[in-house]
Formats: sequence, structure tokens, C-alpha cells
Amino acid sequence: MNDTDTTLRAILRDVLGLGAEQTAALTAESGLFGHLPELDSMAVVTLLTEIEDRLDLVLEDDEIDGELLETFGNLLAFVIAKQGLG
Amino acid sequence: MRLASWIAPGGGEELALHLGPDDSTVRLLVLPAWFDEDGGLRHFTVEVLRLLAADGVASVLPDLPGCNESLTPLEGQTLDGWCEAALAAAQAHRATHVLTIRAGAALATALPGWAYAPLAGKAALRRLLRAQAMAAKEAGQPESAEALLERGKAAGVTLAGWTMGPRLVSDLAGLDLATGDLAVIAQEQLGGPGLWLRAEPEHDPAQAERLARIILTDLAR
Repeated sequence: MNDTDTTLRAILRDVLGLGAEQTAALTAESGLFGHLPELDSMAVVTLLTEIEDRLDLVLEDDEIDGELLETFGNLLAFVIAKQGLG
Repeated sequence: MRLASWIAPGGGEELALHLGPDDSTVRLLVLPAWFDEDGGLRHFTVEVLRLLAADGVASVLPDLPGCNESLTPLEGQTLDGWCEAALAAAQAHRATHVLTIRAGAALATALPGWAYAPLAGKAALRRLLRAQAMAAKEAGQPESAEALLERGKAAGVTLAGWTMGPRLVSDLAGLDLATGDLAVIAQEQLGGPGLWLRAEPEHDPAQAERLARIILTDLAR
């Protein structure tokens, strides 16, 4: 588990108020938007802002679509690619 | 704790919350978080100031024009105007130190002090742009955050309920994070998630206690 993976789980935990066990159990296939009731549209806005803030990157509007937030794996792969570490 | 009014540049009467002893040698000017984050963090902020007051540290939490309970419209405000107002508040209340919360760091005066979990002004704006774009999409009249920003820069715009004039939108869009000589207090130092993250504002006495303790420890040095 790399730093980005750990940070992303911590962000989901903090923004959605999930338990540590619940975020630790997330796999690449775990569903996010549409699967976690806590992740409503305002929480998506907070989530994106917090990702930018803590991981020091800028997410462009046109990069954010339904697919990005479909699974934890999609979001993680995208963030890692944005960091240029992928 | 008492409420008193002060006159901001431009002549508007604004409120300010005062805590702690009048004869304190340390007088802390508090520049709160912006927009929706202010609401989420106000209880926490006041609780920190109560703890400081219990230790003999006086503080003042002013409403800047267009913010919180201010009757001055937000629409006419600018970044320069807010900086002048912060300076005027510091002088009016003879502040010796400053504590900024989140995006409030952008208005820090030359006083020594602390920046709690600072956020760039442009990030605060981006959050509102996104929220508005999301609301527009859900209302069936999609408008991208980028389009909203351009419209805002040209003629002003209402974002998630906050009506801003073109100058403020332009000011914030270019506002990088700068904390100058302030000591940055990171969220991790408070041992829990930032209270601005949650839709329903929650209070966490342990976090308030830690923030107050960091400031008191620094002051005792």
C-alpha cells in the first residue's frame, strides 16, 4: 500500500465519516458514487477539494466524470496518474 | 464574551465578538474561514477562543464586510477591501497577534501569529464553482465550473448562494496560498478530521483543546 493509497483512504474516511475498518476494507472494485450513501453531490465537491489540497494537485473539470468515482480503484489510479507516479 | 460593533473602512458598522480579559497583554485578532467553511468552523473557532480566554488571552473575532452577520452585501467586496478591513480591525482592537482559519490566511496582517489549516483563496473559490456546477447540473441547466468562472469574472456570479462581484471573483481566482511568517498549524496536529469536511457541522472539543494548547505553548516561549 503506497502513500497515495493511504492518503486517499484517509480522505474518504474524513469526508464521509466512515469507520477506519470500512475504509481499510475498500478494494479496487469497491463502489463509491451510487454505492456509498454518504457520498452525495456536496460530498463529491468536498472530496475533490480535499484531494487537491492534501495531494497537492489540480483536477480539471473535464477530467471528472461518473467513471472516475465509480470505484475506489478508478479514483486511485486517476490520482496516481495525476501525480505522475503511475 | 461580548458583542461590540466596529466601523469598517467604507463606513459600514460591523459586529465583533470579544473574549477574554480587557487588560490582557496578548490580543488575538481572529480571521475566520470563508463562505460555507465559516459556518462549519464557527462553533469550533469560538470554543478555541473560550479556552484561550480561560488562560487569560484576549481575542476578537470581527465580521468582515459581507461576511457572517454583516449587513454589507458580499457583492461589492474585493480582496483589497477585505485586507484593509482586517488591518482596520487589528488597529481598532489593538491586536498583538493574529490567528487565521483556512482561507482567512489570505488576509493576515503583519502581526505575528498562526495560520490554522490554511487554504488558498483560489481553492475556496474552486469549491464554490464546483458546488454551483453540480447544482446547475442537477437542476437540468448544466453550466461548467469553467464557464461559471468566466461569467463571474466578467459580470459577477452567484455560487452556491454566495453572490460575488466580478472583482472578487477575479481576485480569488488568482489567489495562491501565502502564509508569510505565520506559524502553520496543520490539521494532523489536531488529531482528527477537519470540521469543515462534514455537511452537518460537528464540534470536537478535543481538537479545540489541542489548537488552544499549541497557541498557548507558543506564547509561553
